[in-house]
Amino acid sequence: MPKRKDIKKIMIIGSGPIIISQACEFDYSGTQACKALREEGYKVVLVNSNPATIMTDPQFADSTYIEPVTPEVVEKIIAKERPDALLPTLGGQTGLNVAIAVAKKGVLKKYGVEMIGADRRTIEKAEDRDLFKKAMQKIGLDLPCSINVRSMNEAKKAVATLGLPIVIRPSFTLGGTGGGIAFNMQEFEDLVSRGLEYSMIHEVLLEESVLGWKEFELEVMRDRRDNVVIICSIENFDPMGVHTGDSITVAPAQTLTDAEYQNMRDAAIKAIREIGVDTGGCNVQFAINPKDGRMVMIEINPRVSRSSALASKATGFPIAKIAAKLAVGYTLDEIPNDITKETPASFEPAIDYCVIKIPRFTFEKFPGADPTLGTSMKSVGEAMAIGRTFKEALQKGLRSLEIKRFGLDPIIGEIDFDTSEHLMEHLVKKLRSPNDARIFYIGDAIRLGVSLDQIHQWTSIDKWFLQNIKEIVDFEAVLKKAAAVSGGLKERLPKKLMQEAKEMGFSDKQLSIFFGASEDSICELRKAHGVETTYKLVDTCAAEFEARTPYYYSTYESEDESRPSDNKKVMILGGGPNRIGQGIEFDYCCVHASFALKELGFETIMVNCNPETVSTDYDTSDKLYFEPMTKEDVLNIIDKEKPWGVIVQLGGQTPLNLTLALKKAGVNIIGTSPESIDAAEDREKFKALLDKLKLRQPPNGTARTFEDAKSVASRIGYPVLVRPSYVLGGRAMEIVYDEDTLERFILEASRVSGEHPILIDKFLEDAIEVDVDMIADGETFVIGGILEHIEEAGIHSGDSAMVLPPYSLSEEIINKIREATAAMARELKVVGLMNVQYAVRDNKVYVLEVNPRASRTVPFVSKAIGVPLAKLAAKVMAGQKLKDLGFTKERVPEYSSVKESVFPFNRFPGVDIMLGPEMKSTGEVMGIDDDFGRAYMKSQLAAGQILPTKGNVFVSVRDKDKRSIVFIVKRLIDMGFGVIATEGTARALKKSGIGKLETVHKVYEDRPNILDFLTDGKISLIINTPSGRIPREDEIKIRSTAIMRCVPCITTISGAQASVNAIEVLLKKDLDVKPLQAYHNTK
Amino acid sequence: MKKAILLLEDGFMLEGNGFGADGEALGEVVFNTSMTGYQEILTDPSYRGQIVAMTYPLIGNYGVNKEDVESARPWADGFIVKECSRVYSNWRGTDSLEDYLEKNKIVAIEGLDTRALTRRLRQQGAMRGIISTKDMDKESLLKKVLGYPVMAGRDLIKEVACKEPYDWPGSAGKKEFSVVCFDYGVKFNSLRLLDIAGCRVKVVPAVTSAKEVLGYKPDGVFLSNGPGDPAVLTYAIKEIRELLGKVPIFGICLGHQLLGHALGGKTYKLKFGHHGGNHPVMDLETKKVEITSQNHGFCVDMDSFTDKDVILTHVNLYDKTTEGLRHKKLPFFCVQYHPEAGPGPHDSGYLFGRFMDMMRKFKRR
Repeated sequence: MPKRKDIKKIMIIGSGPIIISQACEFDYSGTQACKALREEGYKVVLVNSNPATIMTDPQFADSTYIEPVTPEVVEKIIAKERPDALLPTLGGQTGLNVAIAVAKKGVLKKYGVEMIGADRRTIEKAEDRDLFKKAMQKIGLDLPCSINVRSMNEAKKAVATLGLPIVIRPSFTLGGTGGGIAFNMQEFEDLVSRGLEYSMIHEVLLEESVLGWKEFELEVMRDRRDNVVIICSIENFDPMGVHTGDSITVAPAQTLTDAEYQNMRDAAIKAIREIGVDTGGCNVQFAINPKDGRMVMIEINPRVSRSSALASKATGFPIAKIAAKLAVGYTLDEIPNDITKETPASFEPAIDYCVIKIPRFTFEKFPGADPTLGTSMKSVGEAMAIGRTFKEALQKGLRSLEIKRFGLDPIIGEIDFDTSEHLMEHLVKKLRSPNDARIFYIGDAIRLGVSLDQIHQWTSIDKWFLQNIKEIVDFEAVLKKAAAVSGGLKERLPKKLMQEAKEMGFSDKQLSIFFGASEDSICELRKAHGVETTYKLVDTCAAEFEARTPYYYSTYESEDESRPSDNKKVMILGGGPNRIGQGIEFDYCCVHASFALKELGFETIMVNCNPETVSTDYDTSDKLYFEPMTKEDVLNIIDKEKPWGVIVQLGGQTPLNLTLALKKAGVNIIGTSPESIDAAEDREKFKALLDKLKLRQPPNGTARTFEDAKSVASRIGYPVLVRPSYVLGGRAMEIVYDEDTLERFILEASRVSGEHPILIDKFLEDAIEVDVDMIADGETFVIGGILEHIEEAGIHSGDSAMVLPPYSLSEEIINKIREATAAMARELKVVGLMNVQYAVRDNKVYVLEVNPRASRTVPFVSKAIGVPLAKLAAKVMAGQKLKDLGFTKERVPEYSSVKESVFPFNRFPGVDIMLGPEMKSTGEVMGIDDDFGRAYMKSQLAAGQILPTKGNVFVSVRDKDKRSIVFIVKRLIDMGFGVIATEGTARALKKSGIGKLETVHKVYEDRPNILDFLTDGKISLIINTPSGRIPREDEIKIRSTAIMRCVPCITTISGAQASVNAIEVLLKKDLDVKPLQAYHNTK
Repeated sequence: MKKAILLLEDGFMLEGNGFGADGEALGEVVFNTSMTGYQEILTDPSYRGQIVAMTYPLIGNYGVNKEDVESARPWADGFIVKECSRVYSNWRGTDSLEDYLEKNKIVAIEGLDTRALTRRLRQQGAMRGIISTKDMDKESLLKKVLGYPVMAGRDLIKEVACKEPYDWPGSAGKKEFSVVCFDYGVKFNSLRLLDIAGCRVKVVPAVTSAKEVLGYKPDGVFLSNGPGDPAVLTYAIKEIRELLGKVPIFGICLGHQLLGHALGGKTYKLKFGHHGGNHPVMDLETKKVEITSQNHGFCVDMDSFTDKDVILTHVNLYDKTTEGLRHKKLPFFCVQYHPEAGPGPHDSGYLFGRFMDMMRKFKRR
């Protein structure tokens, strides 16, 4: 059927900020959909609050609203744009929830907007556990026995029938937030009350436990003629009980016979028909009892998802793109398969390799967080690896994670055990309860001789997987044995052994450890032996047809299918798996570089291993290599493709860390030279540079030992900021106030820093921090944006709210900053992007840090000023001049743009939400409006901080803040808020003439205390600045209770000021919406 | 591990490790893109005379079991995989693939670049080849390969079909129809599905005459799948021609090709055939697309029919080849692909229902 002509304008809802369980996979999907719809001639209206996305680039939609993704805002946009249709299935759970909310409000009916893809009835059938259950029972599909409850009493009755362990699933939440498995009544009650709280409709499903069952997923697509195809089957390595986002997953399914697979396929097709997903993609999850094969349906997501992004990358079938085309009326057979060009999309991909996805965790960022995995997702990113065998893919996947492991390395050796009993105890614990390192413990258990049966009993992981791990470990033993023989490296590691090792996915680095040789010498020997990397295509059809799209992975076999051309090529190194500190912002830059260089006529080659991203869309670059971002894997591709230039400065720290190795291998690194990058990172060289330019830096020094550090600190005076060099996201960065604490942090920092020295700076308390992004071509130096941090110095720039243009700095200071930035860029001969962080105190400007590379703020700045900085940077790196590109003057917009960070604290109950120099946010949102107050208010709304307009404010601040809080409190009272304070703060406020307030007990003083107030919903806003460097336990309790209860909690005075401004604005006038294109055109 | 060699008639050679039986296996080398279902594939009589290479690299993961067989024994002459699993993991599994092949004396090879092999076959077409765990001499192996008959012109159905008629031991309950199945190498799943659809099935040898068949007074005749070149099966074609119009007929795969010949049409050899479980086929009457199980090396040429009443009903959306036929006047229909699945998707099972409808209508006539 041809596309629909009765609709012209389609609205797409994005998923908002990157949070755990909703990451850049929705940018990938949304971008594909926007492209697909515009290709078909439809007008696209997009709303998404996340500025770091490709989809919110103004050229991807006709009207791009960077506004909060809330029902109220979406209603305003609908009223203004009057779209014909709303496509709700591309913005994750957020998009779906908001779409349902506007439908329920009658907004769609009022404005005559049709929901396409999935309608309200369908979404509710899939999302509402009760309706879902009825639907599945109607078509005879088996489900775990379950009961819906809306109160604790009902819950207790239900558990009496279902028994323990039992699964608790709140209805209508994100990524299983608040869900869990209870093994005893205490846990049960805790989880039920939390779940009722989290559920948007105050409802929890209690379910028969299928813990330990095998878990599978099918990605299904359906068109309006009821043609249904399965794009990919996925089997979870971690059995039921671990959220699939936190599971290692494998595609295709490995342990199902055809009969069982087809049975599952039939069930999925029946289900999608019954649920009524008319067109588009759908994810269906199943569990199978390994003992008797009983198959139960777990859930259906009637939308594109993390798994559909993975399935797209795993098969080469672009689910989101096709879903968009189906939504406007095409049928599968009318859409060509992009990869083969000649066959249609109405088929099921056949794959001839094994794909493994491994989640990336960052528990190290959240001391106190429980690393046990359960039904609530905790990972922040993932790596995908492709190999011809499970073993090869697993080892490639593990080294892709960038967690200092180069394959299935041992983990136990890193911990000291006094007795072997203790060791076993630890091991059993780590195997029994799922955790982020379990895969390594399995390897160790096999090394220690534990039988597979035993490991299976502890983990419930399928023996087929365990056997494959054993084969890796067994081969490791063969290698170690060979290594122990005397003789030269070549004799000990002959060609055949090397070939087999590479086929099993062992990295040069692993071999170098086994054989006590350098990684380089292993690499040389590999080449001398003629053991060559071969590249194979991801082609959707297992080589049955010729593939036109060059999407490669490496393996070690006989035939190499890569087709290096003689074109002038630029290779762009991506950022690897998302983690806190390095995420979508860098992928955004890589994607722009690819687009820009294509425009200039280069052949572009992307290398990355993150399946969630736009960069790993086969459509983004001329060639895609889906490979780990290690020296070995990257150099192998360079050997094959011989690119003219390689870009390392856009993908974050991951590619940057490869700079020296690439340089040594003679690779042409384009843009700012590696020497300059080094000069900015190297403390001594950098100091000399600043001295030369007469720029000020906080007093500082470097240290390699505690003794060094002590003398540096006493020279410059406490407090000091301690951090490792060459890391991103403030990893192991701390403000230290005395010598005792210094010792502890030096230890941690030196572990993270590795061979690089530790940096120690004088910490400038109460300074204002400023971020500057600059673009330069060696001749012209242009400021992209100057961003003033809203929180004071000491909070990581990635966590800080920022505003562009600055709202409190004098023109004189801004000019000083401009001059300093240009001077440094000139001195460092920057070609491309540069980011500088400044601190301003007492009218003095201090340079904190210079990074001659893309920064996290580049996408935000680009959107704020309406200039695609990353694109320009790539062109400049390729030799173009800013003059010719038409960007020679800083643009200072008249409107205000605020970037606010979003934190994952609700995933980690009990962890303090206090901000510090170590970055903790997962994502960001942008608020744009005519003035700062409005823009800030939008940013808060978008970040999920719903600023109240009435109610009680709880105030408890440290002594030093007691003067500055007075004015804030006065304004709040003027606006009609009640104020509740702890005794000390109340006393200070009273002294300043504020009489109208209530005093409340601190947590450990008496009851009722502040926690009781919070629990009772008496508090609608918290202003609580930390009392000292080590947070008091009661403060942690207050802040985490606030997070769980969704009460906004502000921990800085400047944040409080900004929020009061925003509330004032909110009280005066309702918010307005305006597309990015309109902002950019009026500048 | 024992060394093994795979050699194709064009000299393409890959080394690997032998598993299963020792010795030499000759046959036409074809690749199958199904990711599951190796046991069904091995036991499908249509693979007689062929060495099957699985494009999915990890095979044997779930072992073998008693139920998932398409005939009484494996028929493929050789088996090629990237990696055969040393353990099997499935609650129904009874044996490992390795032991199963050894017990059934099937020579197999693993540890070779099966994708390179697939690409070779795609580019050069299906070729004769040999797997050897004994003779490692290329010259001598090549001689053996070239001495092996090419697939075009081969009659293999007599090797795989039953020698005596038998009744398919169907499920309990009253059956609406009685059907005679010509066994050219029938897959059990066709018989199972006929049974489930409500047929009592008598299976007869490929060489049975039309007269004998009509003697059973069937409500319908089922023409099964089978190996080899349809063009040379003149004896079977003749009997089918006899049956046309006298009794409703449903043909699958070879049965479809033979019907084509019986109607005066011709078949030709495809370059590398269709073997897999993911080909889209469109039912031209409903415009619906079904994902089909495929296994054939020959194809009916629509242009070869002079009878204008022969209608193309199904077409392969990959290469637009013929996938199904019917006749405006005569009560029969047939498809090139495998609605019985085993292995493969169940999208086309409706055709068995269509056969029941046709018999019902014919009965009432």
